[in-house]
Amino acid sequence: MTQVFTHDASRRSFLKGTAAFAGGLTIAVYLPGCSKPEEAAAPTSSGPVKANAWLHIGTDSKITFLCDRAEMGQGVYTALPTLVAEELGVEPKHIHVEFAPPGAEFVNGLLGAQVTGGSTSVRDAWGKLRAAGAEARERLLIAGGKALKGQPNLCRIIVNADGAGAVAMGNKSVPFGEVAAAAAALPKPQNVKLKAARDYKFIGKSLARLDTPSKVDGSAQFGIDVRLPGMLYAALAQSPTLGGTAKSFNADKAKSMPGVKHVLQTASGIVVVADSWWQAKQARDALQIEWDAGPNAKLNNAAIYAGLKAAAADTGQSVRKDGDADAALTASSRRMDAVYESAMLAHATLEPQNCTVEFRDGECHVHVPTQVQQFAQASAAKASGLPAEKIFVHTTFLGGGYGRRLETDFIPPAVEAAKAAGKPVKLLWTREDDMTHDLYRPPARDPVAGAFGADGRVSAFKLQIVGPSVTARWAPSVVANGALDPFAVEAAHNFPYAVPNVRIDYIRHEIGVDVGYWRSVSHALNCFAVESFIDELASQTEDDPYEFRRGLLWNHKDARWLGVLDVAARHAGWGNAPKGRFQGIALMSGYDSYLAQVVEISVEGSKLKIHRIVCVADCGQIVNRSIVEAQVEGSIIFGLSAALFGDINIEAGKVSQRNFDTYRTLRINEIPKIEVHMINSDDKPGGMGEPAVALVAPALCNAIFTATGKRIRSLPIAKQGFTI
Amino acid sequence: MIKLTVNGKEHEVDAAPDTPLLWVLRDLIGLTGTKYGCGQALCGACTVHLDGQPIRTCVTPLSSVGTRKVLTIEGLSPDRSHPVQLAWMELDVPQCGYCQSGQIMSAAALLARNPAPSDNDIDQAMAGNICRCGTYPRVRSAIHQAAKLLSTTDEKGG
Repeated sequence: MTQVFTHDASRRSFLKGTAAFAGGLTIAVYLPGCSKPEEAAAPTSSGPVKANAWLHIGTDSKITFLCDRAEMGQGVYTALPTLVAEELGVEPKHIHVEFAPPGAEFVNGLLGAQVTGGSTSVRDAWGKLRAAGAEARERLLIAGGKALKGQPNLCRIIVNADGAGAVAMGNKSVPFGEVAAAAAALPKPQNVKLKAARDYKFIGKSLARLDTPSKVDGSAQFGIDVRLPGMLYAALAQSPTLGGTAKSFNADKAKSMPGVKHVLQTASGIVVVADSWWQAKQARDALQIEWDAGPNAKLNNAAIYAGLKAAAADTGQSVRKDGDADAALTASSRRMDAVYESAMLAHATLEPQNCTVEFRDGECHVHVPTQVQQFAQASAAKASGLPAEKIFVHTTFLGGGYGRRLETDFIPPAVEAAKAAGKPVKLLWTREDDMTHDLYRPPARDPVAGAFGADGRVSAFKLQIVGPSVTARWAPSVVANGALDPFAVEAAHNFPYAVPNVRIDYIRHEIGVDVGYWRSVSHALNCFAVESFIDELASQTEDDPYEFRRGLLWNHKDARWLGVLDVAARHAGWGNAPKGRFQGIALMSGYDSYLAQVVEISVEGSKLKIHRIVCVADCGQIVNRSIVEAQVEGSIIFGLSAALFGDINIEAGKVSQRNFDTYRTLRINEIPKIEVHMINSDDKPGGMGEPAVALVAPALCNAIFTATGKRIRSLPIAKQGFTI
Repeated sequence: MIKLTVNGKEHEVDAAPDTPLLWVLRDLIGLTGTKYGCGQALCGACTVHLDGQPIRTCVTPLSSVGTRKVLTIEGLSPDRSHPVQLAWMELDVPQCGYCQSGQIMSAAALLARNPAPSDNDIDQAMAGNICRCGTYPRVRSAIHQAAKLLSTTDEKGG
């Protein structure tokens, strides 16, 4: 998805934001463009901002990169400085990385706000960060050349073991710190050239992650680890019924418990503040609260899916219309119908939601693991009553994101608690709070139909995508005036198969509870329906599922579809599985990447054994091979947990799953062998943080069909009579 | 006040005896490398060693620790030089990193009692540690790699 859209109007006023440097030991020299963040142009609806403010050269000549995307495992902390380093002419390890504050100059050009999501980080940074590095190099060489009384083209950039940079000519050199100000003051250099791909030293290699050392000794600071002088700890009691509110409460017992300092009612629930989090949590559990269950008191999964079923009678919005699918379906004597259902899912980041807030000197400092710095700022501004420029967002490492931290629901109660306490407060949710108060992956119930013509070829494909819209809540301006929600129709709008009559509609149907973006978003929902049903069509004609797809792709103008399919089949040994083993295949393009996956299983009774998953990705130019490989492995395991077990069940408005015993995720002893193959390419980079998630369910269910003849049309698989 | 020894250092803490060790380590002593993930010994993020044995601190009351020695990720080595840490860095195991302290402490305990674990041994020892990012393939490889480093160190007499 490369669609550019604007952020919410309501959030726009905060976009100018604040961009004070952390630390302050260095003179801030912004390279290139000599544009300070506060002077940077505000984004316009026509596209991304042009100002750059990622590089900071200290008086100590060291280079700091302001990482404007959140590091949640996907590797931006390494990949983004690699882009700068490649062109600047220094090693990535010589660049010190800090997380950027909210700021207009940090807006993601693909999403219209400062958002880490949609597997966009490298795609958005690819052009602008290499350009930033190249321009900075050019400026430093010009300024260094002047200082050394020589031509810039005779100068070179050197870095000592401590990471201090200098411009050198012959055996003379001048430290960055002495020329950075002059470099920043130069007119913008013209015709700065970027390296040719063949000259890359770092891009495309498997450079060590820059965050690994801090993640093997416990020093990496996640939100939950923030400690401020005099800080108190808070626990939050939220309505057990989604959308409910506290009618009244009695805190007498809680207040008498050790360490308890404050009990306050907030819009999010009742907050207990104490000297330690354990004390706060114990006292929270002792609160007597009368809840008003609210509008969801009778909501349950059966009603949700019944609502989705009924909604399929609506026309909805057209996503794709080639020819006349309805006429072709009616005309056919061989029509097939199926309905594909996907479960609601929790994100279950291993770090539960948390936020630490400190008010000092008329400012509000928010330390938070967030994927949305500007929205965090806006949320804290609203909760504190302070203007946005008084809100300072400090992004920590994220203990998992997967879309959960695109939300800000955990910020206001922390702000309110810190304000009431008059001291810094760290508010932390329990695992149970987190599991029962997520913004869940939308459920889906998608009718699909297909038909064969008299010539035996597929004549029609029709898909109705039915479900609630995340975007309508999260970024309403995107779907204003009847615009199609681009994040509901992924992996369907680009249906690649040569079928003359295709009709794909999107029917938005709200279910009563808010839903959220979940890693791979609608790709997972739609790929399950499309790639499973393609297999159903293949089985109808007794065609091999791989050959059947080939037959519908060979003439596609974009050869990358067939490319990944063929390479996956070859690496998987398609058609030559060992005796007793069965294969399933799935194909998808999303985030500007193309992927195919083959799952190999055996089945004994109801017991599945998943032996092997082969994934081939054509994601264009790779920035860090090792990180892409890890993302694919992790995505497959994430997708496999969901396909097998993932299921959020709502009963009387309450979520039944509470912890990892009832919301099962794969463990090390349960994973298959995973093989990742990447196609070498110098096409522009595609996103790789998410797409491999989406192919797991269809490829696995297709393998189950081949093995058993049982077609799974409703996830999770564990509810369809199979175990592992 | 209750006394306990963490990473070779004695601490006196003012906490109720039933306080889980996790919160004593994190909030009172300030060792935040040990993580909270589930509170019910389901995920392993809070794993430390108690006299060399891996335990889940989220369900270990402070009062049960006694004179036994607590070792956390911060105390595993002063300079990331433990073979498990070296192997973890060599293979770039962590993604988000949140579960990794627990993974590393479980792996270190495994290697201390079994210097050359099989895949099955690794499965047994590590099944209690959830990683939502799915770093398991690299966790497995890194444990084998750490075992190699250990055997090399042993041969050198170190």
